[in-house]
Amino acid sequence: MALKGNLRDFSLHQLLNLINLAHKTGALTVKPEKAANSSNGHSAPAALFFREGRLIHAFYEGKPARLTDVLVQVGRLTPEQAQAVRQRSRIDTDKELGLLLIHNGFLSQNDIIQGVRGYLLETVYHLFTWSAGDFRFEPNELPPEERITVPLSLENVILEGNRRQQEWERLLDEIPDLDVSLRFAERPSHIRNISLTREEWQVISFINARNTIRQIGEYLMLDEFQIRRVTHGLKQNGLIELMQSPRAEPAIPKAPLPGVKLSRGVLLRIIDGIRRR
Amino acid sequence: MEYVAVRCAAKDCKAMQTVKMVVTGPFAAGKTEFIGSISEIAVVRTERKISDETRAVKAQTTVAMDFGRITIDQDLVLYLFGTPGQRRFDFMWEILSEGMLGFVVMVDAVRPETFREARSILDTFRKYSETPFVVAANKQDHPDAWSPEDMKIALGLDDGIKVLPCIASQKESVKYVLLELLYSILERVQD
Repeated sequence: MALKGNLRDFSLHQLLNLINLAHKTGALTVKPEKAANSSNGHSAPAALFFREGRLIHAFYEGKPARLTDVLVQVGRLTPEQAQAVRQRSRIDTDKELGLLLIHNGFLSQNDIIQGVRGYLLETVYHLFTWSAGDFRFEPNELPPEERITVPLSLENVILEGNRRQQEWERLLDEIPDLDVSLRFAERPSHIRNISLTREEWQVISFINARNTIRQIGEYLMLDEFQIRRVTHGLKQNGLIELMQSPRAEPAIPKAPLPGVKLSRGVLLRIIDGIRRR
Repeated sequence: MEYVAVRCAAKDCKAMQTVKMVVTGPFAAGKTEFIGSISEIAVVRTERKISDETRAVKAQTTVAMDFGRITIDQDLVLYLFGTPGQRRFDFMWEILSEGMLGFVVMVDAVRPETFREARSILDTFRKYSETPFVVAANKQDHPDAWSPEDMKIALGLDDGIKVLPCIASQKESVKYVLLELLYSILERVQD
């Protein structure tokens, strides 16, 4: 039977844990909600495929998922190389595309496997930042035969996904609203020996009262996760300032009460009584 | 041993021993139906029409408790108490859990959006009392129902915890759940 639900109630971490522990084979599709906190620009549903509890394939619906497209996205192949290989391909299967890539000296077999592996991981890690969205797990459904599959153990995926999810949640706490402007710290007296990354320099160059964090991110083509991380880094270094909202405190649990004891004889009478009903 | 002793007025009447089990779980999990399927009396219900967003799930909800009775023999009665499923009535939970022999956590296997709430209720009741409990994966006759095995993982429960298939509307299924709970209680009892 299919498993259906919403990530709001049952997180991707829990879903992957279930698939891993139960050694499930099938396809998991997730549709992001527009209002949900998502770190990436993907609004299309994502599909993840599993065989006996291992992730083997992933793609966003409506987005090309051929081997050459995947390798271009992870930076292993240039668009021109991909185009050249596709023109020579007759049946356009991943296997044939892979052989052409190797025969033309563009990539080795290991490069291809690592490229696909990287794409799979990035796809599933992005999903960890989706806080809401309908999901459906269809047992025994496998990816199209022409697509290449690389089996990945879910245990490490879950661990790294959790780390990213926690980082994402921490960033959301630190920078809950992207529609605010940044300003340079008024008294950056404690700043010493700071090295900035290329992305941090880019963000700094756009800081002024008219630009929101979101606008800077969109202009620099950084997704929500990336722009939050860069902004957070600059804030931690004491270079910039922004507004924050307070967090709610968790409720305090009540103290336990003692349990009840009953004799074995009375229990056996109850069991017998229920059986006879 | 803790129980309620009810003295009869007649001379030949022995003290009536009563024991209590609690059926808890999220809103609309099937607690009232569960008790109704096995109780020998019409379940004493305190239900009210719903006027908020939960109306889409069912038209009435238990605001205080359900109360069912199973007479075991002449001087032993088992009472089943169903808790209100909505959090705003959780002040009743601790009252109902006092003196219970064990408890059943009803979970609607078709509504994974209630699993987190079910786990939270389970944890709350475990804080009230260390009595044995079982989880009933209700609506197993529905094509979209999650299996008990998947629900055990989804709820993050240890292997030793019983997650049982259940159809709250069927008496035999309810008997099975109650018996499994009683077996768990029996394992802990030492004469």
